[in-house]
Amino acid sequence: MSDHPQSFWSKYIFSFDHKVIGIQYIVTGFVMAGIGALLSILIRLQIAWPGQPIEFLGKLFPEGMPGGYMMPEFYIALVTMHGTIMVFFFISYVLVSGFGNFLIPLQIGARDMAFPLLNMLSYWVGLVSALVMLGAFFVEGGAAASGWTAYPPLSALESAVPGSGMGQTLWLLSMALFIVSFTMGGLNYVATIFSMRAPGMSMMRMPLTVWSYFVAAILGLLAFPALTAGAVMLLFDRHLGTSFFLPAGLVVGGELVQAGGGSPLLWQHLFWFLGHPEVYVLLLPALGIAFDVLPAFTRKPVFGYRLSVYALIATGALGMIVWGHHMFVSGMSPFSGEYFSIATMLITIPMAIIGVNFLASLWGGRVIFKTPMLFALGVVAFFGTGGLGGLFLGNATADIQLHETYFVVGHFHFMIGGVTLMGTFTAIYFWFPKMFGRYMSEGLGRAHFWFTVAPFYTLFLGQHFLGLQGLTRRYYAWDSYQYVADALPTNVLLSVAAFVLVSGQVLFLGNFVWSIFRGRVAERNPWQATTLEWTTASPAPHGNFGEHIPVVHRWPYEYGIDAGGEDFADQSVAPDRAPVTA
Amino acid sequence: MENVMYGWWLPPDVSTHGHQIDFIINFLHWFMLVLFVGWGVFMAIALVKFRARPGHKADPSGVTSHLSTYMEIGVAVIEVILLVGLSIPTWAEQKSEPPAEDEVGLVVRAVGEQFAWNFHYPGPDGRFGRTDVELVDGGNPLGLDSKDPAAADDITTINQFHFPVGEKVLLYLSSKDVIHSFSLPVMRVKQDAIPGMTVPLWFEATETGSFEVGCAQLCGLGHYRMKGYMTIDTAESFAAWMKEQAELASFEDDYY
Repeated sequence: MSDHPQSFWSKYIFSFDHKVIGIQYIVTGFVMAGIGALLSILIRLQIAWPGQPIEFLGKLFPEGMPGGYMMPEFYIALVTMHGTIMVFFFISYVLVSGFGNFLIPLQIGARDMAFPLLNMLSYWVGLVSALVMLGAFFVEGGAAASGWTAYPPLSALESAVPGSGMGQTLWLLSMALFIVSFTMGGLNYVATIFSMRAPGMSMMRMPLTVWSYFVAAILGLLAFPALTAGAVMLLFDRHLGTSFFLPAGLVVGGELVQAGGGSPLLWQHLFWFLGHPEVYVLLLPALGIAFDVLPAFTRKPVFGYRLSVYALIATGALGMIVWGHHMFVSGMSPFSGEYFSIATMLITIPMAIIGVNFLASLWGGRVIFKTPMLFALGVVAFFGTGGLGGLFLGNATADIQLHETYFVVGHFHFMIGGVTLMGTFTAIYFWFPKMFGRYMSEGLGRAHFWFTVAPFYTLFLGQHFLGLQGLTRRYYAWDSYQYVADALPTNVLLSVAAFVLVSGQVLFLGNFVWSIFRGRVAERNPWQATTLEWTTASPAPHGNFGEHIPVVHRWPYEYGIDAGGEDFADQSVAPDRAPVTA
Repeated sequence: MENVMYGWWLPPDVSTHGHQIDFIINFLHWFMLVLFVGWGVFMAIALVKFRARPGHKADPSGVTSHLSTYMEIGVAVIEVILLVGLSIPTWAEQKSEPPAEDEVGLVVRAVGEQFAWNFHYPGPDGRFGRTDVELVDGGNPLGLDSKDPAAADDITTINQFHFPVGEKVLLYLSSKDVIHSFSLPVMRVKQDAIPGMTVPLWFEATETGSFEVGCAQLCGLGHYRMKGYMTIDTAESFAAWMKEQAELASFEDDYY
């Protein structure tokens, strides 16, 4: 399998190799992240200095910012595209598709994914969906401007908002393509994990990273297609005259809309049926990765492996039935509000178990503060902080006051932004040697950690207070409300934090590129870790494992043992060479 | 209460039910603070106490205490008590069981549109006149049918929402075009206005004053300026305002 000659094209571009596809996803995701981050800078400029012209930006965006003054429709397009790009085309690409592809076969001892061709297709369809999304910036009326949630009728009627023309159509097409791409990838994950595990790799010997991808993939497969249907229905409403989401008697801009019989709430249910599980699809891999990285830098087994597996499964299952907590004040039946409050409270139980298992994993260890460990601790810290904010928003009654305020913005940036960002960087710093055969710089890595965590906390903790105060999100000129006028200094501070956060990522980018070519050469198992990917060469060869697939003899957390001078044994070490603890 | 700023915590509360929401939010803050300090201190101690030092080895047995289990149970119990004992009753009272029209002091309709709030008062006869989307035009944003006798004394305003203090107000919320959200932070009221649906909500003010009404759901490029004004009147000043509006309406009728 690894012998036949490969051209540049088949090796690096149209590759079937899961590792190459994973890296393609990661690089694509980081490009998209750069774009999403630039959008956020424009947003923060407008928030901190509302109505102030910035001349050179006027030259860059002659339509969105004529003379440097931001237009309101440009602002909401920025907000819409920032959210969409970061959720679907950054975190999802890098963490779920990128590292999922790279890690699953390596960690379960397979030579590749179950369906390599499907895997390649998944990437290319995904790339097309990203390009279609970006293309929306260049069409008449600009990019979609109905929020990343795209609630109709705003997103259904061209007359409702400027970006609701071609931009919205492209947004919907892109989402449908994204889900097709994700479904191909998710099927592959599940099939691979079920059928390609190495001899001895029982389900309860799988690393928690693999477990988290397994649960996330099933969750995505069950939940995401609902929005494919929704996107197609909305496209029909927009272009073929159907009324799935449009009730009778709409008057938009003085014109009576010819439609009737549809329900705007139906879209919200379809969207959040995808949207909420999506949070867990992104969150769980970050948690799984932290579970695998913590033991390598505490030199002891993870705490409560079995319970963590069950908690991941329970989170996934409950994650399917809590979507309505995004809709407490939407006008759905108030009895649903009570149900969704209770279901949301239930999901805090497995989440709390995961949090406690993280903390208990630290106790009694030998804590080594390398860069991957710092970011893994970041996962723990952000998960704890963001989770506590969820106590408020999961409560329908408290949500009456907090809904659509910056409290929500702060909360979801901690969870879907922060935990996943920390998880992404944990994974990059930890598995970089396995990808490129070199280390990343420790010094730059540590600087990057502090330049990420400090401004992130400032920015999004601060937003919680603005939300309590009553500041509503998605206002182009929030300062037109007199009652929040004293939020200006806070908003300036938060914008500065955002600029530091974004510029801090230059440290990462530089480190990443420099290390690919000039980093210190890494050995096979640089972190003395136990999972199967560390038993093969760095970088891992095509086909992953040389001539023989490893045979698994033990669980993935064999740390803190006495194994002939080593304090660990990888999963393929035979029982007669090191004690088996679980 | 003119030009009031809300400070860095929750805005002032001038509603009869708001203290329940505030209690939940404030209680959760204390609860959260305890949990935050708890795990933060534990994490800090663990990281300092078990930092790698020469000759130091990890102890694979790790945590053996069951304290965490008891704490998780404790947290779950507190959450259940809060949810069942306080949160759901308040929610039910506020959302599931709005008062009947004859139990309240004022019934009013609010209709969102890009980018304004229309208010529709039934007038002295207590009956809303018929509305029809075919009749909507610039001077008649709600499409009120002037041929309907019940419409004769109706009063409509744009972005001006008056109601009397100390009386329950029942408000029927809907929208003409896209989804809006009727947000009265000081009344602890927020409800999406969904086109094609009419959602009842109710509240009662404890103080007079005037405040801003916002839209809390992205509704287009003018979302930020979809701002109304809410004036909580005494019974007398509310009656006077209604009279003034009625005169204004008849003047306009003559004028056109």
